[in-house]
Amino acid sequence: MNRQTADHATLADKFNEDEPRVNWHDQTLWWVRAKRDRIAWTIPEWEQLRDTASSIKLNALGNLHDYLLQFEQQAQQNGAIVHWAADAAEHNRIVTEILQKHGVKRMVKSKSMLTEECHLNPHLEANGIEVIDTDLGERIVQLAKEPPSHIVLPCIHKKKEEIGELFHEHLGTPAGNADPQFLTAAARLHLRKEFLLADAAITGVNFAVAETGEMVVCTNEGNADMGAHLANVHIACMGIEKIIPQRKHLGVFLRLLARSATGQPITTYSSHFRKPREGQELHIVLVDNGRSRQLGREDFRNSLKCIRCGACMNTCPVYRRSGGHSYHNAVAGPIGAILAPNLDMKDYADLPFASTLCGSCSNVCPVKIDIHQQLYKWRQVLVKEGYTSTAKTAGMKVMTGVLSAPGVYKAAGKMGRWVMRAFPGMVNNRMNPWYKQREMPVPPAQSFSEWYKKNKKST
Amino acid sequence: MKVGLFIPCYIDQFYPQVGIATLQLLQKLGCEVEFPQGQTCCGQPMANSGYEHLTHQCNSLFIKNFADYDYIVGPSGSCVLHIKDHLHDPAAEPQAEKIRQRIYELTEFLTDVLKVTSLPARFPCKVGLHQSCHGQRGLGLAQMSELVAAPFSKPEQLLRMVEGVELVPLDRADECCGFGGTFCVAEEAVSVKMGKDRVADHVKHGAEVITGTDVSCLMHMEGILRRQHAGVKVMHIAEILNQYTDEQANS
Repeated sequence: MNRQTADHATLADKFNEDEPRVNWHDQTLWWVRAKRDRIAWTIPEWEQLRDTASSIKLNALGNLHDYLLQFEQQAQQNGAIVHWAADAAEHNRIVTEILQKHGVKRMVKSKSMLTEECHLNPHLEANGIEVIDTDLGERIVQLAKEPPSHIVLPCIHKKKEEIGELFHEHLGTPAGNADPQFLTAAARLHLRKEFLLADAAITGVNFAVAETGEMVVCTNEGNADMGAHLANVHIACMGIEKIIPQRKHLGVFLRLLARSATGQPITTYSSHFRKPREGQELHIVLVDNGRSRQLGREDFRNSLKCIRCGACMNTCPVYRRSGGHSYHNAVAGPIGAILAPNLDMKDYADLPFASTLCGSCSNVCPVKIDIHQQLYKWRQVLVKEGYTSTAKTAGMKVMTGVLSAPGVYKAAGKMGRWVMRAFPGMVNNRMNPWYKQREMPVPPAQSFSEWYKKNKKST
Repeated sequence: MKVGLFIPCYIDQFYPQVGIATLQLLQKLGCEVEFPQGQTCCGQPMANSGYEHLTHQCNSLFIKNFADYDYIVGPSGSCVLHIKDHLHDPAAEPQAEKIRQRIYELTEFLTDVLKVTSLPARFPCKVGLHQSCHGQRGLGLAQMSELVAAPFSKPEQLLRMVEGVELVPLDRADECCGFGGTFCVAEEAVSVKMGKDRVADHVKHGAEVITGTDVSCLMHMEGILRRQHAGVKVMHIAEILNQYTDEQANS
């Protein structure tokens, strides 16, 4: 995805130009949140499950070095070829080299947020390799030449009519047909052909088990399996934080993942990949890309517990009303806002401020990441590191000066209220973003402290 | 029991009636209340904007004003949460710690410290309760809908003691109103949209008055309601809990 210069507020402002669409987007995602609530309530030990998952991840992150080596050893014993990539560029180079070695010109890819983060698709295309995203939602945004707007529901920002038009243009479906079942069947036919033609398949990884060297990939469409089983080369790309210590821990994570993500008891497919089949090459690319750095930031370490369920996005009142693209990062929403500044503080300095700190995200999170507290902490870091406007800093200093001196504060308050009453136009104008769609509070003649001084004896 | 009354700056300046209601309510319930005149702001506007490092003077001032009280009580969940989470002073850390442990938002002070079981108040009206996020999720004033856990609500518990109050149900019991401090101007479009949606939920269910534990959220929703000429009023919960009964009014 291309870096954008516009910040979250500007992009959100644009998204809000079409209010009925904002309503639709909000209600669609709220429906997913409500579905998550209903299914969570069917598990009496839900909160205990979250605690357990959080503890397992804490252990995995605390011993990441050892678990990664154990995983590598087990995976190699299973016959996989393991690669290590320090950053996105190295990841892309490794994948390209594997594909070039096999003369691959056309390949399929199931959903992988990591490859989005690394901008793999444009890199491969620049090297003459055609990539077909096989997750239906991802294929839709790929046809639309857009990045995904949600990590679980990549095309949630698109209406079925828009998808009908896209399919008409690219897949030759009849114009004006927006029947979801019909369009899905058309996509199925189209993708079936791609699966058969592909020389290689890339999949993401949901969980990598250190104990066994196996990987678990969760999909609802079976597209990861279809790709990996048909192609002669399977490349699994994963961030190093996907490690879990033991296979039995899947019993915790698989119960939480789909329930948190979409309100389903489990994904339709939870596929275990352990060994390459006869004649197939299985590559596993372990990618750092800033994760070690984040691991070293004590305040933000827990963000690496994320299992990419998207529950924080569905519940986020800001995400629902600003859309995934307003976060201009592969991972949107609250979790994206605490992960992105680690990748680039300058480009993503706006994201931790795109929140009211309401805290809903932290409390739906199945691995209990303190997301809203990390948003607060990122704000402190970003200001200290100088990624904030000088006007804002100057304003904050003036404000601090006034609020640090009771006499100045009282005088300023009294004068401010008088100005508001005498010259309402001074504040009720277009320069004031509050006033654009809201009335200012009516300034009283007397502050509470003035009232108290006069009345305290009589109360 | 000596209670220090903490009236956040914007309540002091724009909503004196909320300070008055809080003071009268606490006195009615038998507390000895004082309002330290030297207080200004808790420092939250700076801290939430990423300038926590500028709040030292506000912190020292807060400690100077409130160190001597048995309890500190304020009609704002958000400001109280800020003090609880962030009040520090290397020069007066024991006092800062005492304040962090002894500061209460008004409704939790009533239910948990004073253990109020009845109130001499009457307010015949359809009321929508806005559960402000910092109070609810931060201070635990009410159970949050995200958790699989038994529901409770301290503000609701108190409103149910007021004769005549009819609480209206909401489609989204605890969604954020979009105020969010400087967010309300920095992210004006989303902030207003969130506020409009929150207000619409109350209006749809027939609320005549929207109440809550935070004036900041109420100020934001009031601004939207007034622009819409909606006719729905906004009142802080202290104002409702402090409403006199007919008997008191006549005496």
